[in-house]
Amino acid sequence: MGATASKLPKDQLSEYQVTNLTGYIYLIELFSRAHKRFNELLEREDRQQIGGSRVPMNKILTLPELKSNPFRRRICQVFSTSDLRDGSLSFEDFLDLLSAFSDSATLEIKSHYAFRIFDFDDDGTLDTGDLEKLVNCLTGEMDNTRLTSEEMKQLINNILEESDIDKDGTVNLSEFQHVISRSPDFVSSFKIVL
Amino acid sequence: VDERKKLIATLRGKPWPMRKKLPTLRESQVFVEKYEGALGKGRGRRLYAYKVMMRKKWMKFQRDFENFKTACIPWEMKIKEIESHFGSSVASYFLFLRWMYGINMILFSLTFGLVMVPEALMARPYGSIPRKTVPREEQANAMDFAVLWDFGGYAKYSVLFYGYYNNQRAIGWLKFRMPLSYFLVGVGTVAYSYMVVIRTMARNAKEDGGGDDTSFNFSWKIFTSWDYLIGNTETADNKFASITTSFKEAIVEEQESRKDDNIHLTRFLRVLANFLVLCCLAGSGYLIYFVVRRSQKFALEGLDNYGWWERNEVNMVMSLLGMFCPMLFDVISTLENYHPRIALQWQLGRIFALFLGNLYTFIIALMDQINLKRAEEEKVKFNMTIWQANLYNGTLPENSTAIPIMVDPADVPRGPCWETMVGQEFVRLIISDTMTTYITLLIGDFLRAVLVRFLNHCWCWDLEYGFPSYSEFDVSGNVLGLIFNQGMIWMGAFYAPCLPALNLLRLHVSMYLQCWAVMCCNVPQERVFKASGSNNFYMAMLLVILFLSTLPAIYTIVSIPPSFDCGPFSGKSRMFDVIQETLETDFPAWFGKVFSYASNPGLVLPFLLLMVLAIYYLHSTSKTYKHANLELKKKLQAVIFSLHLKTGRDSAVRTASGSSFHHLGASTENILDARLPSVIHEAVTAFT
Repeated sequence: MGATASKLPKDQLSEYQVTNLTGYIYLIELFSRAHKRFNELLEREDRQQIGGSRVPMNKILTLPELKSNPFRRRICQVFSTSDLRDGSLSFEDFLDLLSAFSDSATLEIKSHYAFRIFDFDDDGTLDTGDLEKLVNCLTGEMDNTRLTSEEMKQLINNILEESDIDKDGTVNLSEFQHVISRSPDFVSSFKIVL
Repeated sequence: VDERKKLIATLRGKPWPMRKKLPTLRESQVFVEKYEGALGKGRGRRLYAYKVMMRKKWMKFQRDFENFKTACIPWEMKIKEIESHFGSSVASYFLFLRWMYGINMILFSLTFGLVMVPEALMARPYGSIPRKTVPREEQANAMDFAVLWDFGGYAKYSVLFYGYYNNQRAIGWLKFRMPLSYFLVGVGTVAYSYMVVIRTMARNAKEDGGGDDTSFNFSWKIFTSWDYLIGNTETADNKFASITTSFKEAIVEEQESRKDDNIHLTRFLRVLANFLVLCCLAGSGYLIYFVVRRSQKFALEGLDNYGWWERNEVNMVMSLLGMFCPMLFDVISTLENYHPRIALQWQLGRIFALFLGNLYTFIIALMDQINLKRAEEEKVKFNMTIWQANLYNGTLPENSTAIPIMVDPADVPRGPCWETMVGQEFVRLIISDTMTTYITLLIGDFLRAVLVRFLNHCWCWDLEYGFPSYSEFDVSGNVLGLIFNQGMIWMGAFYAPCLPALNLLRLHVSMYLQCWAVMCCNVPQERVFKASGSNNFYMAMLLVILFLSTLPAIYTIVSIPPSFDCGPFSGKSRMFDVIQETLETDFPAWFGKVFSYASNPGLVLPFLLLMVLAIYYLHSTSKTYKHANLELKKKLQAVIFSLHLKTGRDSAVRTASGSSFHHLGASTENILDARLPSVIHEAVTAFT
């Protein structure tokens, strides 16, 4: 599928290492895997210049790691730096995604990105609408697994009671990070391995 | 320059997109290179540049070493694959298995390198002295497979067991102190195991963050319950279902609308269930005791009269009980109607009690056999003197120093070696346990899956959803099995140095077999449990087992005299006399004096008292810290609330314009950033 990491010059590789992932050899291997996967998603004509081209969202969603994830659309939208806001990812965005979900990302990075993923309306806080959409994503598509509106209201009330420290009816980034930092499971579950 | 360097170091931790990070990085690197060299002046400049270069090389070397270490972790890809299919709780079993493998590797290297190899290479070879030779009467069938499988014959008289070792103080040209090394390796394996288990427990406790586990129940459920490693639709569906159930459960619990009717019936059923469980436990204990007595009877009558079952009765019964009783407990627990998490804890507790009871009954029976062997030893010693007298009978007059007659070592009458017998029993137990586990795995999981798959076409009801269906991976049962297996190793390693090696082999095979079986025959669990909470629970159980299994070994070392003609301690009155002997002969005189002063009870008891007081002090200070922590948290909340009220008045205008909550949050954050240092300062002064 074309040349792999040898296309990227060595100092660019080390730059990437300092900015996100750990491990030089690990990096080269991960890079070539990421490169290969990204390449597969690109159209044939774009494969020559991997630096600038973007992969549309529907192609990204076919990746097996993201296929079963209920937040896959939000993930694409959060990591996309495209001006069209269509959720398409360039190679650098893809690397950003992998680095945020990797083992060596700090709690701060993970919680920052998790917050942006859960913020469905992109207004910088998690309000009732965001939380409702979040719960619906988590309970699946089938009708028998959804919560009734009574249960939903109760659940959201409980959540706000626990996490909303300044009682403004929404959860902002620092409150979110405060809740997440006490959780023992978050770092190990917020992980994607290619 | 330092600022830029700090920026480069922390760049990884900042959540900026790549596009922003790369140019910043390039800028900073260029800046640092340009001005770093200029800092050192004149002659100092070269030294400075040299130091900088060395530092860079050192960092690169460290990074490469980290990479190498990560690449060396065995089975990483396998475990990741299992994690993506089954979630983190099943993967946690395999991680535990791998960790055990590491510990056993160290134990194996200790026993192999310091005990088995020196004896094999430097001590007297096979056949030179009586204890190292197969006795004449056994030589006929010493090479038979059946005998070898039972660890008799040539296997018994080899470095694998205690009885082979010679009690010569120093062997070979290195003057290797064999008995001392044997003793110290035995003590060292236990000490190393304690250290590793406690260190892991401490690390787990630190990662957990400590403190309030229930304060963010709902928020955690919603924010952290999705496992992003899941790449399989079936697992994802299961996960959805379990998340929904846990939401509904939590809501119901929160509303506190428990159905309180029939509480008397529930209580009665629970008492009944506990009674049944106690009956089971007592029954299994009695069964093992009965079987062991029977095997003693067989041994007295000579084992040749009986077939394979009678010979291995004890081990088979123990393994079968370990297999069927947990299922029985599972059935009984449906009477109790507990919350699943509590039911699981009861189940684990009962299985623990079962295994413990079985193990200790086994040991008590073993003690009976040891006492029998020691009585026999007295008789043999008596017969030895008669036999020796007969040898010289008629060849030499009475009061002359006799030239030792060359007797073939195989003909010398041998004392029964109770240590080797104990070692053999443990090895047999481990092997039968392993075999039972593998056979259950193959039949229970693999055969079942094959049957369900192929018989489904021609069966009345749907086998896949109905009764047998595919089996789930029983994490807790497997972890308990692993823990108890390790307990048996710790118990028997002193008497059979081959046990760690055997265990290493068993774990290696288990890893591959179970990885294959899980991927091939199991389905993801319906009820997905959190793995993190149970980590320290399993470690705590391991610690308890470690303590309980080293107790019998320590008891036998301290109170029973070693056999007179086998093993590295033969001839001594107690096994730990070897330490005394080493101190007297190998160390200078003043050392011995110092040691005897230090081991004086008058010194040891106050020291113990001091340690108990220190523990009490540390415990009480940690309680005060936790309390202070909670107080600070409440204060923080009050501060934020008051700030919110204050800024709420100021930004009432901004609220109207529509850019409301975000501004409020930001300004609150800014003011909080300013106030936070003072709150922290207060906290620090509170402690000093």
